Amino acid sequence: MAYSPIVMDHFKTPRNVGEITEADGLGEVGNPVCGDMMSVYIKVEGDRIADIKFKTFGCGAAIAVSSMITELAKGKTLEEAMKIKNSDVAKALGGLPPNKLHCSNLGADALHSAIKNYLDRKSGKVVAKEEGEPHHPEKGAACYCPYCEKKVEEESPFCIFCGKEMPHEHDH
Amino acid sequence: MGFIYLDHQSGTPLHPKVQEAMIQHIQTIFGNPSSDHQVGQPAAAVLEKARAQTAALINANPPEIVFTSGGTESNNQAIKGVAIGLREKGRHIITSNIEHKSVLNSLRTLRLLDYRVTSLDVDQYGLVDPAAVEKAITPETILISVMLANNEIGTIEPIAKIAEVAKKHKIVMHTDAVAATGNIPVDVQELGVNLLSLAANQFYGPSGVGALYIRKGTPVWPLLDGGTQENKRRAGTENLIGIVGLGTAAELAKEAIPARQARLRALKERLEQGIKARIPEIHVNGHPTLNLPHLLSVSVEYIEGESLMLMLDDEGIVVATRSACASGSLRASHVLIGTGMDFATAQGTLVFTLGEENTDAEIDRVLEVMPGIVQTLREMSPLYKKSPH
Repeated sequence: MAYSPIVMDHFKTPRNVGEITEADGLGEVGNPVCGDMMSVYIKVEGDRIADIKFKTFGCGAAIAVSSMITELAKGKTLEEAMKIKNSDVAKALGGLPPNKLHCSNLGADALHSAIKNYLDRKSGKVVAKEEGEPHHPEKGAACYCPYCEKKVEEESPFCIFCGKEMPHEHDH
Repeated sequence: MGFIYLDHQSGTPLHPKVQEAMIQHIQTIFGNPSSDHQVGQPAAAVLEKARAQTAALINANPPEIVFTSGGTESNNQAIKGVAIGLREKGRHIITSNIEHKSVLNSLRTLRLLDYRVTSLDVDQYGLVDPAAVEKAITPETILISVMLANNEIGTIEPIAKIAEVAKKHKIVMHTDAVAATGNIPVDVQELGVNLLSLAANQFYGPSGVGALYIRKGTPVWPLLDGGTQENKRRAGTENLIGIVGLGTAAELAKEAIPARQARLRALKERLEQGIKARIPEIHVNGHPTLNLPHLLSVSVEYIEGESLMLMLDDEGIVVATRSACASGSLRASHVLIGTGMDFATAQGTLVFTLGEENTDAEIDRVLEVMPGIVQTLREMSPLYKKSPH
């Protein structure tokens, strides 16, 4: 489960940490139940992201992802920034351990959410965003096989009903 | 060493005398203890010496010791072995919500085979109530398995009382004593258990070797089928060098425990009080008095444990988040959730396990470095802004 040197660099010296007072857009995703929570603040000038900052509650990968997504988005047009995918963040970080790939989802989701929030505010749909939506739907305590949908034991290596390998927990 | 090692629970460094014994035997003993000839017999003698040393650590009779590949195998062997051994008697097993995964997942397998499992809640300190155990007993109950000390929060369970309940109802009692053995006195007669698991890497022996104490007459069917090694309870040629390491470590531990306990508790106290004084909004987990002398579990509000662990690691301070076995999975610790802690706080948990080589100066270094790291991570956390500060 080792992190790449780029991940460790962004984790140890994260770029763009903090909040922007009077931000034009705020994206909040995740919740501590799932392990990670991220807030992204953007300042928009024209159609470009002039400034971007983040705050993250999460593991080393989540912090590195937050740092990298802000670096990737800074200076980009909103249209370009909306096209940044989870896989772009993971790639820019030199890869993530398989069980941490879900952290890269959080980064792109938070960025896109901040841009949408900006666009919504601009069009008068919302005034300001207060609380984030839960990133992961809560499935309750039970685990279900994603292939045959039968109820299976937690951390099963494979589904005893259909035989398929079970994906790693919380990998999306 | 260029680092401060505070994760002894993931594995202790080898005691120099253990190392010496293992190297000596690797050079001189290669026979198979099952061979009745001049090469095999010295190996058999070495094996039986280690069995006696291991038995002495927990006040057992040597024939009641079965060597295994470690705590996980011992727990699997105990639970599945009794389930098979008593399958004609019943299919109900009682355990607690805060057991090690090797216990919980052994029971998972048994559920697949139509055994029923009652998993008992614990209180805020992680204690199992012996009265609740008694209440859960049915005519079908064949086994009760509760750990002696919890590996994440250090709480020591009332095993002797639970074993009394088990005895009264003629039910087999197993305790996972992996986190406890070598750190506190463990006596199978005082505990009154039928089965007890232990592992060498918790008391300065090697990883990959442990033992299961099987009280005479306990119906444990083997998991590994084959020859007649280990009193027909565990087939396969023995891991003799590992077992030598376990035996030597057990002998050293027996002698060292009284002084070790006192010294480690003093170090832990220094760490606990220091953290409490320097870092606001933290929780010390586990029972305030009934706890392991070397384990300190601390939950730090607003931040996540792994990032804290990595930053301490960067400063040369090696600690665990929850337990190493659980850190591969992303869920909050089942133990902390079991004690009623909320998910967010449980995520910010560090487990310090101290060992013989640790010093006051090392603890002071942690106290010097940790508050700054916590503050850095808190400043980064979206949860922190929501509280008054």
